[in-house]
Amino acid sequence: MSDPSTEMLARMYYTMGLIRDFENKAAELFTRGILAKGGVHSSVGQEAVATGVGLSLRGDDWISSTHRGHGHHLAKGADPRRLMAELLAKDAGYCRGRGGSMHVAAFEIGSLGAYAMVGEGVPIAVGAALAEKMKGTDRVAVPFLGDGALGQGVVHESFNLASVWRLPVVFAVERNGIAVSTRCDQMVAPSTRLAELAQAYGLRYYGVDGQDVLAVHDAAGRAVAAARSGQGPALLDCRTYRFEGHYASEPQVYRRREEIDEMRRTQDPIAHFEAYLLDSGLFSTADLEALRRRSAEVVEDAAEFAQTSPEPDPSTYAEYVYA
Amino acid sequence: MHKATYKEAIREGLAEEMRRDSSVFLLGEDIGLHGGAFGLTKGLFAEFGPERVRDTPISESIIAGAALGSAVAGLRPVAEMMFGDFSAIAYDQIVNAAAKARFQFGGQCKAPMVVRMPVGALSWKSAGVVHCQSVDNWYVQVPGLKVVLPSTPYDAKGLLKSAIRDDNPVIFLEHKALYEYQDEVPDEDYVVPLGVADVKRRGSTCTAVTSGKMVHFALKAALELAKEGIELEVIDIRTLKPLDEETIFASVRKTHHAVVIHEGHRTGGLAADWGMRIYTGCLDWLDARIGWVAAHDVPIPYNDGLEKKVLPQPADILAAVRETCGAA
Repeated sequence: MSDPSTEMLARMYYTMGLIRDFENKAAELFTRGILAKGGVHSSVGQEAVATGVGLSLRGDDWISSTHRGHGHHLAKGADPRRLMAELLAKDAGYCRGRGGSMHVAAFEIGSLGAYAMVGEGVPIAVGAALAEKMKGTDRVAVPFLGDGALGQGVVHESFNLASVWRLPVVFAVERNGIAVSTRCDQMVAPSTRLAELAQAYGLRYYGVDGQDVLAVHDAAGRAVAAARSGQGPALLDCRTYRFEGHYASEPQVYRRREEIDEMRRTQDPIAHFEAYLLDSGLFSTADLEALRRRSAEVVEDAAEFAQTSPEPDPSTYAEYVYA
Repeated sequence: MHKATYKEAIREGLAEEMRRDSSVFLLGEDIGLHGGAFGLTKGLFAEFGPERVRDTPISESIIAGAALGSAVAGLRPVAEMMFGDFSAIAYDQIVNAAAKARFQFGGQCKAPMVVRMPVGALSWKSAGVVHCQSVDNWYVQVPGLKVVLPSTPYDAKGLLKSAIRDDNPVIFLEHKALYEYQDEVPDEDYVVPLGVADVKRRGSTCTAVTSGKMVHFALKAALELAKEGIELEVIDIRTLKPLDEETIFASVRKTHHAVVIHEGHRTGGLAADWGMRIYTGCLDWLDARIGWVAAHDVPIPYNDGLEKKVLPQPADILAAVRETCGAA
């Protein structure tokens, strides 16, 4: 793959900032009791994976997402206002307040939806890839999944079917090492051996440092291009780290505070990329500050929009059950 | 008109819809070259090829999940579960993902998919606990699904065509005991609309509300009852969800007596649901307690004699109708 353009580098930096600001704002609204419903699952620390994958896709490519899916949607091009409005269960949300944070979709930007049950969205992306192949398009489907989802049978069924039918699917594994609130190495036998897993299933394997947005973008781009040209499915193994708990205010008994602090200090994907951009000489500190300011403003605007939006009309409760 | 078995009528329905609409395709275990565990798709592989008659791995979850994904992306999949019992493995994809797809996403998508599955007991050919269940009760509970169970070849073909053309996930139940049942089927294209019950026998004394194989048991019982002066009206529900209450209520308000008959288990079951609806919708018209015939809350045993004890038999229907009509 060719090196990303300066414009793409700026988009990457902006998108990662947007995801972080959005997640922090959602957590703040949760803490203040404004986002009082459901759970909020922050993807802070994992921004490079969503961004690198999302920006390697075309607008008409499909993704399916997880309970930790705000970043996937933002990187795919979701409107922060409508996403935040959905978190706050408002009528202006993508799903008109029916879905919420864990069940949001945005079909117009190629999101088949976030599926709260771990692994549940993976087969649906496989099915969408099947449809595109049968229709003769060159659209690719990318299901996001965590390494905890490797405990779900349907995920393995998905690997298998995508392989035997040679479907244009890139399985994007966010390998953060934690399955909800238990360490994956205790729960998932092949947790650190995804290359062998992929080989056994006949998936092309791409292993990357998921804290390095350029590496993710490059590998995702190659995996997607190969899938698009009919070379079959791939597994994109992104080693990453979740800076926050499973949900806002989770006690995190499975790791020590020092570990999190250390990872924040040494493995922050935004700080890492910032240093790279400054070092490249293509961006000044002022350029980057302007991009971060813009994402902060967009998120403030989204939060304001969501908080002042009306609730769905209760008389519409039975809408959308049937087509 | 031509003669066709229930099984042949379903196969005709599949083939005609596939010829009519190139977005319709089939997926399931052994449905290709082998033609399906019960032979439902025999010949379709030869006509439509492996792209549109897709053999899948033995993976019920992804059969349903891939059907859903392809449906929201614009195709019309018809998935086959080898047995209705096996759909328990696909339950999450059907119940949590497919049924709610349109609702949870605020109307952004539709999921036009059919999941076909053989259900019910065969008596002397039955294979036991996880090959003979009536899974109707598992699915009628779920908003967003439609559930169909035909009792005749005519209904099977017409309802299947409606199910394939419908924009919602439809659970299409096929009663195994009826697969070889033969009857007249029109030569021309026709559909039976979803959500409309059918009066299979006119009668003035008592209304039997039922579906599937039990329709035939009720019709058999009706012949016996007629000799006793009891004219049983037999309503075949056909579409278990959404339910056609009007047809039921109109009949009960005429006969003033009702018996609900379902092959599924008694607790939390469809027969109880039908009975409650009749109770609330027709109380002023009822002259007697509603008769309630359903399977005992016991798994379906392998032994034929035991199975007959667990599942409703024509004699149970006779007894229930006689009691309701004060002729016991």
